[in-house]
Amino acid sequence: MNVPVFIAGVGAVSAIGNNAAECLAALEKEEAGIGTMVYLDSVHSKTLPVAEVRLNNETLAERLGLPAVISRTGMLGMMAAKEAVENAGINDLAALRTGLISANTVGGMDRTERFFADFHADHKKGKLRDVIHHECGYITELIADYLGIRNYVSTISTACSSSANAIFYGARLIRNNIVDVAVAGGTDALTKFTLNGFNTLMILDREFCKPFDENRKGLNLGEGAGYVVLVSERVAANLKNSPSCKLSGYCNANDAYHQTASSPDGKGSFLAMRGALDRSGLELTDIDYINLHGTGTQNNDIAEGTAISRLFGPVYPKMSSTKSFTGHTLGASGGLEAVFSVLAIRERMIFPNLRLQTPMKELPFVPETRLIKNFHVGNVLSNSFGFGGNCSSLIFSKI
Amino acid sequence: MKLYIRATGNISPQKTFGHPAFLADPVEHWGNRLNCVEPDYKAFIDVKQIRRMSRVIKMGVAAAMECLQEAGVESPDAIVTGTAYGCLEDTGVFLTRMVEQQEELLAPTAFIQSTHNTVGAQIALMLHCTGYNNVFVHRSFSFESGLLDAMLLLKEQEVNNVLVGGLDETTDTSHDILNRFGLYKREPVSNFDLFTWISKGTIAGEGAAFFLLANQSSPDDYAVLDALTTFYKPLGINDTEGQILSFLSAQSILPADIDLVISGRNGDAKGDKVYDSLGKTIFNNICSVNYKNLCGEYPTSVSFALWLAANIIKSGAVPGVLGYTGNKERGIKKILIYNHSQNVHHSLLLISAC
Amino acid sequence: MDKLIQDLKVQIIAQLNLQEVKPEDIGDDQPLFVEGLGLDSIDALELIVLLQQQYKIKLSNAEDGPKVFRSVKTIAEYITDHQAQNSQQ
Repeated sequence: MNVPVFIAGVGAVSAIGNNAAECLAALEKEEAGIGTMVYLDSVHSKTLPVAEVRLNNETLAERLGLPAVISRTGMLGMMAAKEAVENAGINDLAALRTGLISANTVGGMDRTERFFADFHADHKKGKLRDVIHHECGYITELIADYLGIRNYVSTISTACSSSANAIFYGARLIRNNIVDVAVAGGTDALTKFTLNGFNTLMILDREFCKPFDENRKGLNLGEGAGYVVLVSERVAANLKNSPSCKLSGYCNANDAYHQTASSPDGKGSFLAMRGALDRSGLELTDIDYINLHGTGTQNNDIAEGTAISRLFGPVYPKMSSTKSFTGHTLGASGGLEAVFSVLAIRERMIFPNLRLQTPMKELPFVPETRLIKNFHVGNVLSNSFGFGGNCSSLIFSKI
Repeated sequence: MKLYIRATGNISPQKTFGHPAFLADPVEHWGNRLNCVEPDYKAFIDVKQIRRMSRVIKMGVAAAMECLQEAGVESPDAIVTGTAYGCLEDTGVFLTRMVEQQEELLAPTAFIQSTHNTVGAQIALMLHCTGYNNVFVHRSFSFESGLLDAMLLLKEQEVNNVLVGGLDETTDTSHDILNRFGLYKREPVSNFDLFTWISKGTIAGEGAAFFLLANQSSPDDYAVLDALTTFYKPLGINDTEGQILSFLSAQSILPADIDLVISGRNGDAKGDKVYDSLGKTIFNNICSVNYKNLCGEYPTSVSFALWLAANIIKSGAVPGVLGYTGNKERGIKKILIYNHSQNVHHSLLLISAC
Repeated sequence: MDKLIQDLKVQIIAQLNLQEVKPEDIGDDQPLFVEGLGLDSIDALELIVLLQQQYKIKLSNAEDGPKVFRSVKTIAEYITDHQAQNSQQ
């Protein structure tokens, strides 16, 4: 099945920008969005750096024309998905079969945890309007209803690989002639639930994270949303602006090693990258840039690094972890990094891997530590590896 | 290409696990919440792993293991799960501790187990299955989305078989909260009387049902999964009828070709009006049975309905508890499952004899 | 020390939900990780929480885990050392 699927539009919101253009500007200026917690109210606010979107809920709601009781995860998703659809400039969207495949990890937990504090003391307490957003799928429907998408709506949740899976599922829906257009990606807002959850795993860095550094101490959590609009060849031919790239490869594999840790040799990562390459028909040397999963944890970076050595060695493409800018946005990371991959192709840039001072001893390569401009980026491999051994890789290619 | 349901595994509020005689001994439940009839999980899951698993994870893993055992498959080519609520017990435990301990001295296990992909990941881990692994979490489309993904994988010829399942649990906390939304019956009711009294609300249920879908036939297949569709927020009953007719026409069949409709009627006066209406139009003159008196209402309940349909086709008989009034001589070769949830999520599945 | 070791065994069984294990099944010097009881990295994190909750001792570096948690005896020794330090301060 070699039906091509094109990327017609992108949309993003993260700690480094409220839209794709702002994110790009920050990437270019090498300015990260990690810092002291401002919006989330947690006892860890002074000790755990995070990468928050620089908009409070009231402002987000105002911009979207909605009441401020909507889940932050939903609002971030609505913003980015709307931008992607507008960016795609599809003339008659209503006449096309359009789907929304959105991902997130904990649904409207940002509101559920407010509800729960009151409910726990007295089961008759807690505002129902706070818990109605709880389900992952409800968040997706907020976005679908906001955009007027009805033909196909679904939600994927596979931890950190969620939105990468959503993107290539959208592509497969197009290839199988179920939809003509798929808005696909993911969203996750910072919550106390995830912040505390990751804290119990002792994989949070109390400083700004250093992906792929020998002395890395862990990840910083972030929040945001990233969506791409995928279209069929027929729709692509009728677009105002011809698409600049297509989704040429994808693969979902499972590490099957441990619930939270990756296997030392990065088996799942290797299979996902290998599978994506096989599907794309590209040679190893055709890959110009790898957007690493690169969380900054001891475990991920060595597993991913080992898998890359096994696959690409001895000739390596340029690579970097943009989580050094945005933190780890969990359910949004695959989508956000897909947007960055498309931007890398379009803008002919290799984004840097910030704060890497000492290369990892075990690895025969070093990610790029400075921005590279005017670089032909023909093919980008984007990795998303999560808990539960869920590993996915996507390949975006210049047309 | 035909897609075969080769094997099943089902833990539900009925005696369905361990492949006993097909609904020969129906279980009555009182109140507005049905809990599963559960096996001794230690027979299926190693003690070292079971210690971390909450109930819904054990339900999913055991149902999946039973399915694979029946299929004679050690490790499937792909694993796809659908769950709307994920692991509620663990989520509740972590939230509770977070509130009680004010975010200090929290332990990791409940958090790790709370993620929606835990069941799918646990199965992959136990079987060392490195193949495609996906999880859908979209309300009352969760199971159907997973089933569609599985069907596409097989049609794309990426794999020869897929283990696909739907699961959701009810916990004390979740039931308390959902009750406050007015979803359930207020008066005491037996599940056997669910369709006798017309009143507001339904009864909550839960379950875990897994299937092995394959693109090649085998001697013991249950049935063929012909087609599946979902539609979201139809614009009225005419739109709903139109969607159903389009679905059937795409399969080149007419309503009269259907031997049995398995309907998602759930005893709620308002929601059941949709089934009443369709019963006078498209489904007029087609025999229909309901299933939610057996398993209760929950987002992935269509997985129970699929199990039911597959067993009806395989056994050639409709269990007495369903109150089937159709012609017993006719034979049931084509079943349509139709379910809706609050008139928002509508699902259609077509199943035929092999 | 003996009472501490005995208490620890009971607490470890409870914290890790080791359903089929009784305190007398765990040898004082028996390896807890990989071999012996076969505990894993998640269990190590649970034991860190146990140390804090029961004994008010914080193991801030997860990498010290393998050494401290090698056996019930080494955990007991670590606790005794740290409690002695705390009472001297």
